[in-house]
Amino acid sequence: MHTLPDRLEDQAPHTVRKPVAHDSAARHVAGSAAYVDDMPEPAGTLHLAPGGSSVAAGKIRKLDLEAVKRAPDVIAVLTAKDIPGHNNIGAIVPDEPLFASDEVRFHGQPIFAVVAESYLAARKAAKLAKIQIAAARAVITVDDALAAKSKLLDDYDFINGDAAAEIAVSAHRIKGVLRIGGQEHFYLEGQAALAIPGENGEMHIHSSTQHPSEVQHIVAHLLQVKLAAVTVEVRRMGGAFGGKESQATQWAAMAALAAHVTKRACKIRLDRDDDMAMTGKRHDFRADYEIGFDGEGRIRAYDVQLAARCGHSVDLSPGVVDRAMFHADNAYYLPVSAIRSKRLKTNTVSNTAFRGFGGPQGMMAIERAIDAIAWKLKLDPLDVRLNNLYGAGRDTTPYGMQIKDNVLPELIAELARTSGYRTRRKEIAAWNKGSEFLKRGIALTPVKFGISFTVPHLNQAGALVHVYRDGSVHLNHGGTEMGQGLFVKIAQVVAEEFGLSLERVKITATNTGKVPNTSPTAASAGSDINGMAARNAAATIRGRLAEFAAKHCGVAVERISFRDDKVFADNRAMPFEEIVEAAYRARVPLSSTGFYATPNIDFDRERKNGRPFFYFAYGAACSEVVIDTLTGEMKIERVDLLHDVGRSLNPGIDIGQIEGGFVQGAGWLTSEELVYDKNGRLTTHAPSTYKIPTAFDVPEDFRVSLFKNSNREDTIWRSKAVGEPPLMLAISVFAAIADAIHSIAPGKPVPLDAPATPEAILRAVDAVRVQ
Amino acid sequence: MRKAVRFFRNGRLIERAEFSPSTTLLDYLRLEERATGTKEGCAEGDCGACTVVLRRLLEGKLVYEPVNACILLAGQADGCEVIAVEDIAGEQLHPVQQALVDHHGSQCGFCTPGFVMAGFALYHRAEQKSCSRAKVVEAISGNLCRCTGYRPIVDATLQACAKPAADKFTRDAKEASRRLKKLADGKDVFAGNEKQFFAAPASVSSLAKLYLKHPEATLIGGNTDVGLWITKELREIPKIIWLGRVKGFDKIESRAKEVRLGAAVKIEAASEALARIDSDLGELFRRFGGWQVRSAATIGGNIANGSPIGDSPPALIALGATLELQRGAKNRTIPLEKFFLEYRKQDRRRGEFVRAVTVPKLTKGEVFRCFKISKRYDQDISSLFGAIKLRLKNRKIAEARIAFGGMAGTPKRAKTVEAKLKGLSVGDRAAMEKALVSIEQDFAPLSDMRASAEYRLKAARALLLKAMLEIAGKPSQLTRAFGRRADAHAA
Repeated sequence: MHTLPDRLEDQAPHTVRKPVAHDSAARHVAGSAAYVDDMPEPAGTLHLAPGGSSVAAGKIRKLDLEAVKRAPDVIAVLTAKDIPGHNNIGAIVPDEPLFASDEVRFHGQPIFAVVAESYLAARKAAKLAKIQIAAARAVITVDDALAAKSKLLDDYDFINGDAAAEIAVSAHRIKGVLRIGGQEHFYLEGQAALAIPGENGEMHIHSSTQHPSEVQHIVAHLLQVKLAAVTVEVRRMGGAFGGKESQATQWAAMAALAAHVTKRACKIRLDRDDDMAMTGKRHDFRADYEIGFDGEGRIRAYDVQLAARCGHSVDLSPGVVDRAMFHADNAYYLPVSAIRSKRLKTNTVSNTAFRGFGGPQGMMAIERAIDAIAWKLKLDPLDVRLNNLYGAGRDTTPYGMQIKDNVLPELIAELARTSGYRTRRKEIAAWNKGSEFLKRGIALTPVKFGISFTVPHLNQAGALVHVYRDGSVHLNHGGTEMGQGLFVKIAQVVAEEFGLSLERVKITATNTGKVPNTSPTAASAGSDINGMAARNAAATIRGRLAEFAAKHCGVAVERISFRDDKVFADNRAMPFEEIVEAAYRARVPLSSTGFYATPNIDFDRERKNGRPFFYFAYGAACSEVVIDTLTGEMKIERVDLLHDVGRSLNPGIDIGQIEGGFVQGAGWLTSEELVYDKNGRLTTHAPSTYKIPTAFDVPEDFRVSLFKNSNREDTIWRSKAVGEPPLMLAISVFAAIADAIHSIAPGKPVPLDAPATPEAILRAVDAVRVQ
Repeated sequence: MRKAVRFFRNGRLIERAEFSPSTTLLDYLRLEERATGTKEGCAEGDCGACTVVLRRLLEGKLVYEPVNACILLAGQADGCEVIAVEDIAGEQLHPVQQALVDHHGSQCGFCTPGFVMAGFALYHRAEQKSCSRAKVVEAISGNLCRCTGYRPIVDATLQACAKPAADKFTRDAKEASRRLKKLADGKDVFAGNEKQFFAAPASVSSLAKLYLKHPEATLIGGNTDVGLWITKELREIPKIIWLGRVKGFDKIESRAKEVRLGAAVKIEAASEALARIDSDLGELFRRFGGWQVRSAATIGGNIANGSPIGDSPPALIALGATLELQRGAKNRTIPLEKFFLEYRKQDRRRGEFVRAVTVPKLTKGEVFRCFKISKRYDQDISSLFGAIKLRLKNRKIAEARIAFGGMAGTPKRAKTVEAKLKGLSVGDRAAMEKALVSIEQDFAPLSDMRASAEYRLKAARALLLKAMLEIAGKPSQLTRAFGRRADAHAA
């Protein structure tokens, strides 16, 4: 274990590191936690419904909205013509219109929006549009795009040595293809926003967004007003998972435009089917890999092409595909490598951020390659994994970062022991021999996930803390609450700083008017960066109070301490609120901002070298499954997870992130299948056809532990980010399914693609049987 | 005749005479009452975020039924007390709510009210039977959570439901029964006018008369399918006749050789009755949908809507069920399989309605198996569904009845395979496998988002093989990854 510096962390904390409940838990269960659609509506609030394209590609020839305008209770119909400023919602590249006006680029792309007296009236009217579109040839799948050389952005590669040459001289080599499906976020609360127009061009927007500052930017540009005129507020989201990082903006912008045009409050919430058809998803990938290795399964060189379906616009795809590349090694040292990427343009909705942000897809490819090595050499896949882990002298990534905090050898050893992996593998092999139709499989896979935004400037955060005269604390910061427990974690940090009980810290909605120029709550970095900023704000006030108390009591400032809702001068205790009131009367400022910028990160995208990540989060999972080789049905029977969150800020919340991330990942790789028809229409556009896991799909035998560790970097209370990394623990489920299939014909490669639906499993079973 | 729909909210009687007949209970709660605790997640009854509980009298006893308010019409609450998430806490949170807080059972919180209400319904059901993890999982199978991974929700609900119910609802049970009894007036309900109405006839004769007069009206049982016409297709449905109050329509009669299910028997109730014919049938009906769907959907509705992927028809066809239909005063009874003419076209005349379905019990020498294949085990629509009934004589197949869903435009029998199986010995695997190849002559299924044609044919054959092997004596522990049979039930 690493030693900690002489700081607050060394003291036994009162509030942080405790498994306190989510701040809103009591209101969640009582139904009193308000989401955008639950907020009291200003008088005369209008409702929006978007109208979309019925073809995937083409030119709009005629847009006849007369019947829409004449429909009952319709107040306005918005098109691109109503936009006073830029018809753009693209965050990185201005390549995506709010409303298509000439060219349509995906099935469902918004062309207009109805503003009506009620939600139902708006939706009914939207069906009355008559739109003629001259359809063009649509590029739908990854293969279509590869064949058509349809690129959204230039290819980008990390090349270290001559992979082809090294593979050629390796003792063994394998070539393979893995197709990895996308994933719908299926946040339970669909996209929603309420825009309230103010005087003098001002606009106040309640948006279910992970990125209020971006909503502010896009709305300001759309309406041609200054950023300062637009305020965006977010109390909570009903789930987001990346799906509301860039793609909440469009709907908030639409509501703001409607409010601008009608001068009335305007609300939008997407019907589930519209939400699924009109918003982006996890990128689907095709990975073509070739790997050279020795007789022990040690990798000599890895060459992979990661081809991603980005959709019709850039959105966040550069970052997503970059992150896939940054995680193409997962936990393994690649002496020679070629990590290539293609960012494909398709006539589908623009794919976007989703928990893991490309990382999971990059890892999937190498985990498959590792399994393929084990199959070929008839080794235990765990041994191949262990043989290839980063270690002493083998610690530089394909992008030139030296890994210093690797805990995987110890972590995997612990999990292999506690899960009984070795014994169970033997038992399963014996069981499979006696079972004609059902086959079991087991896999233990690791995760190494880089923490920081790979766009360096996003690694900053701000906070605002006020102390009021009754000793209550108002906490505000740039992070948003989507269910991950960020707000309570940061309240714990602030309460700790003041030595107050948690109830004294009032959590408030994220608001661009309080903390400006915020980064999205993403990249798992929410508590890392906002926690530090909030602590810095609280520490400033605490310092002023300490100084005042020292003078007030006539002791040295070092003798002042804050705990148990009191301020201590040596052994003399004063209620916190009394010192605060006295400080107020002495004209001590009781409000402060706080700021934080993540140190020691630096990555040069041109030189493809540097340190993109402040640190790595680690974990490993052991999953056991049973498959039915007659039908392809599958059940997860047992899962053991061991995950590294450093020193947890809140173990209750963190365990929830680990379990929830794992199950979400398992859904991605098994039952969640996005099906587009040949016209580019998403046919799985509702929960009746798109199947996320239910309680039955979670194994009864589900063991989750936190790995005992501390962050070697100076993070908030030595914790580690936890939002995304656990999702990738679910790769163990996919590998276990492949292992079960492999038992039918040992030594043969298993051509299982993701998601492993019953049909995909049966296809792979049949394939290994006939090989 | 009563002109208003009546239900209770927090002890207050709500009477609604004039309303749009297709108003959902969710819109009533959220838009009219501004009770926004109940959430809309999907508006199609698939996520459970809108779960509310209907407390009503069933044969004199108070029952708590979870339903999806998003696709239940406000009129269907007639005679009930509607309990929403805001209503269950007293001075303190309800035990089901408190347990969720204690177990970190909510993250984003949006699905939480739905889980609370499913848990609340289970809390009031668990008092008679001991609660188990499996029962909790079953109770929440119609609720989707995207954040937690369910484990803490299951733990919390299990803990809360471990003890007998004791809350303000058990305390006011007598008073509630008395109140609800007053609502059971046995009168026909007709709210609206000749052009637009919500009607709930109280007797078969009233129903027959009303439907003959308005044959273009839409009949609803649980509204779990028609609900989507309203919320998704935004269809105008001006005339709605709800079968939920027709006397005798919710009756299950178990006779010596058969079970007769009234058209408005809920899937939940049918499940218990049919499980006694064969455990596969019970499991099938359990997997029909989440608890909320099973508490609303009816057996008559699942048959009458004629979907090629409805789960009950193939099973009931294989069992040789018959269907009773009525038009005006005239009744007729037909074999269930004859009801399905072609895709979405049934042998149901204008003004005619399904009255009941009668399912023969298994007799000596008869064995039954049914299998549902879907991408997800619970709360999913079948990719395909296969059911088989064999009559055996000296371990030889004397008669086979096989029916599939998801393999054609209607639920359909596999007559070629049936013929080929006749006379085969159940233990003769080679002969069986050969016979099953002819399934390709029986079906030419479609490819869609659920499965490809190729997979459907392959899996259909596999299901029949599985059934044959089980019937020949292979325990289902060796043939099924899940949904295993408790009994051996072999030939």
